[in-house]
Amino acid sequence: MGARITIDYITHHYRGQEEATLDGIEVAIEPGESIALIGQSGCGKSTLLHMLAGLLIPSEGCVRVNGHMITKPSPRWNMMFQKPSLYPWMTVRENASLGLIFQGQRKGMRERVDHLLETVGLADKANTNVQALSGGQQQRVALARSLATDPEVLLLDEPFSALDAFTRVSLQDEVNRLVRERGLTLVLVTHDIEEAVAMADRVMVMSANPGRIASTLEIPLPTPRDRASHRFVDIKAELMTYFGATRHPATQTPRDFGETSEKPAARAA
Amino acid sequence: MNRTATLKLPQYSSRDLALGVVRGADTVRKGLQYPALGIALLLALWWWGGTVIANNPDTMAFASFAPGPTLVAFWDMVSTGAVWSPIESSLQRVGLGLVWAIVIGVPLGVAIGYFLQLRQLTHVPFQFLRMISPLAWMPIAVLAFATWDAAIIFLIAIAAVWPITYATAHGVQRIDPMWFKVGRNLGAGPYHTLRHIILPAIAQDVFAGIRLAVGVAWIVLVPAEYLGVTSGLGYAINDARDTLEYDKLAAIVLVIGIIGYLLDAICVRLIKRSSYREE
Repeated sequence: MGARITIDYITHHYRGQEEATLDGIEVAIEPGESIALIGQSGCGKSTLLHMLAGLLIPSEGCVRVNGHMITKPSPRWNMMFQKPSLYPWMTVRENASLGLIFQGQRKGMRERVDHLLETVGLADKANTNVQALSGGQQQRVALARSLATDPEVLLLDEPFSALDAFTRVSLQDEVNRLVRERGLTLVLVTHDIEEAVAMADRVMVMSANPGRIASTLEIPLPTPRDRASHRFVDIKAELMTYFGATRHPATQTPRDFGETSEKPAARAA
Repeated sequence: MNRTATLKLPQYSSRDLALGVVRGADTVRKGLQYPALGIALLLALWWWGGTVIANNPDTMAFASFAPGPTLVAFWDMVSTGAVWSPIESSLQRVGLGLVWAIVIGVPLGVAIGYFLQLRQLTHVPFQFLRMISPLAWMPIAVLAFATWDAAIIFLIAIAAVWPITYATAHGVQRIDPMWFKVGRNLGAGPYHTLRHIILPAIAQDVFAGIRLAVGVAWIVLVPAEYLGVTSGLGYAINDARDTLEYDKLAAIVLVIGIIGYLLDAICVRLIKRSSYREE
């Protein structure tokens, strides 16, 4: 069900900016693979995701999905944004149905949407106005809306960053499960290292000015992932080092502590 | 633990119920207190004015403007049914004028709100035209249209089109840009964007514009009907003046005010109903 995505030498200049926002990005993403793009603000990760969605056309190079060049948005690849951006005059069901309405696929729409609402745990809220929902529930509606057109690719632009910690973790796990069940190709943009390790098969670290893929890290953990496991914590720590944080593996800890605690003693002596 | 206590349903005695009814009536009374006072004050002012006119030898001839004679004439017009014919003519003209104003104003407003260039292009000409009193168009309207009726409808439409256009444009400009982006992302074309995103988002603003337009249209109607036509509330006022029936004249003014108030109340209802914000 998932599609192969190839990013072919994308370079992008925003108008009026001298430095390239993206410079020579080249990536191949296998069908059903989950990718996390991680990097500091302004590294162009969101720009790149908008290109995958067809919402932005790169100045040079192109994105291909199953070999076809992306020139505009399509129900076959769908993006979820940081804000759910639901339409407040509609019920949960109406919001989730929109993609199908825009495609003119009204046949069997109701069953399909209701089934999806059940999947995201909102079956009992189908007729509720979306303004009455919590932030997490609203993002679930947005998820159902994205999945309704049966996309091959799901693109996530920090969709959990505005949620509280508990809701965030449960939605990460849920999206992970759904994406893997359906074999979708997932591209996730985030600045949350734990989120990247929890959801991706491969994490790409981007550097800014110009935006480039600085390094790639495979995450060979089975899903669902245990966030408390040593391997998980270790990979998280390794990923941190790409952002200038010093790594403190367990073996080095006693000596580090020893050094710091010795200093005042030496002074006293 | 006392489990039965937690399961106990609230029980209402007849005393509670009676209290509730009394309290409900109390809220209604409190809600109507000030509007009733306002009406009473206006009536008092009117009555006082009538007395002043009646006691001044110079203005005595106009004494029937006072509430007493006016209300008698008003009741006479209502009971004989004479009041309905001018109302019908006037409402028809205002209705048609508003229909034209909406048909032109809403699409124009959507376009102006959506396209920045169009907004810049139309700004000076439209603000210029908007500031010309609709009644200033009267001689041109009379020349341009074959019938008096058409000329009046044109004057109403040209007065009502601006508030509708600009309220609509303002509504479109306020639309969250993310709603357009999400729509595009879900594959919405221009028709779907208009039908499912823009129109529901601006419905309330459009009705707010229509409310303003109704006010303007109802004001323009009366002077417009002073000319040419032989029906409608404006004509009835002029007619009463010519026949020196000042009580009838004041009664028509009363009718104009009441209908204007009702039209506004309808618009307020429509604005509330078209709002998507949950209270």
